[in-house]
Amino acid sequence: MTTALLVVVLTAVGVLGVCVVLTHDPLRQTVVNGFFGLSLVIFFVVLQAPDVAISELVVSTVAYPLVLLATVYRTGKGTRDPQRKRRAPSDSEAGR
Amino acid sequence: MSRVRRRVLFFVPVGIAMAAVLAWGLVGLPSFGLPHSDYARYFAQHATGQRHTTNVVAAIVFDYRGWDTMGEELIMVSGVMGTALLLRSTRGEEHRAARDPVTSELLTWLRPGMIPLVLLLGLWTISYGYITPGGGFQGGVIGAGAALLTWLAGSYQRYQVLTPDPLVDAAEGGGAFVYLAVGLAGLAAGGTYLHNLIPLGTTGDLASGGTIAVLNAATGLAVAAGLVLIFHEFLEDYTETVPDVAAEER
Repeated sequence: MTTALLVVVLTAVGVLGVCVVLTHDPLRQTVVNGFFGLSLVIFFVVLQAPDVAISELVVSTVAYPLVLLATVYRTGKGTRDPQRKRRAPSDSEAGR
Repeated sequence: MSRVRRRVLFFVPVGIAMAAVLAWGLVGLPSFGLPHSDYARYFAQHATGQRHTTNVVAAIVFDYRGWDTMGEELIMVSGVMGTALLLRSTRGEEHRAARDPVTSELLTWLRPGMIPLVLLLGLWTISYGYITPGGGFQGGVIGAGAALLTWLAGSYQRYQVLTPDPLVDAAEGGGAFVYLAVGLAGLAAGGTYLHNLIPLGTTGDLASGGTIAVLNAATGLAVAAGLVLIFHEFLEDYTETVPDVAAEER
């Protein structure tokens, strides 16, 4: 059972790791990297290392993507967020 | 010879050589899932008795190899300081308030519950770090996540008000200082650096672990503040680049 689980999780780690490398757009890469991080979290849980799993969880879902997104935003590389361009200061602004 | 061909000619031998070295290294590793090394057996047997913490990982991180953890924390603090210095020198002192209304209904709906819940999760992960899995580093990052949620689900203005630079700077430096001071206190009392001076308490209680509890909290503070500070520095000129705000002021 554990061996089968390990094979599945390790395969996911390998496939998603390659996916991160093959994704060229930095914004998409941030999202794909999140899934890669999640696969690592499951991997550490399967190996019964909860402390490392929580560390990987917070790094791959909070710290790393936020710094990455801030850098993408600041350097202006990659895809611009189309939502931000279209956003108009209309009705939702009135409530504030 | 074409460029692609030259690359392939370069890649094939180098790739084979690297794969060979990697395979050679992997052969020498202990086999996967090998029960326990001598170190692991020692810590599993003695850590709880010696340090009164039920999370052996925390005892290792903040006590048995507390010196290494201090190095890691100082690396993080200097990394944050370097980033702050670099980014602060490239912009002026003027501050403007950005108006960036939240357009996602889901975020507005989740806002009241989400931020306190994430903050509580962070504090819980820090404070129970030496009893259950978790600890200062993990909880600190979650706490910083709660601060960033006020920006994501609220506004940049509120985020700035709730995390003023002087407070974050002080928390960042204070966390690192407490770690160093606890170590020096051990020296001053005639023991070794990071020697435990605080009563160990009852195993499983919040008040247990001696210096581990203090170092754990200090790390949580420094990590949370460091992450918020980095994000501050990255987004300090955010107000000037939000398209609506810039257009409105023109």
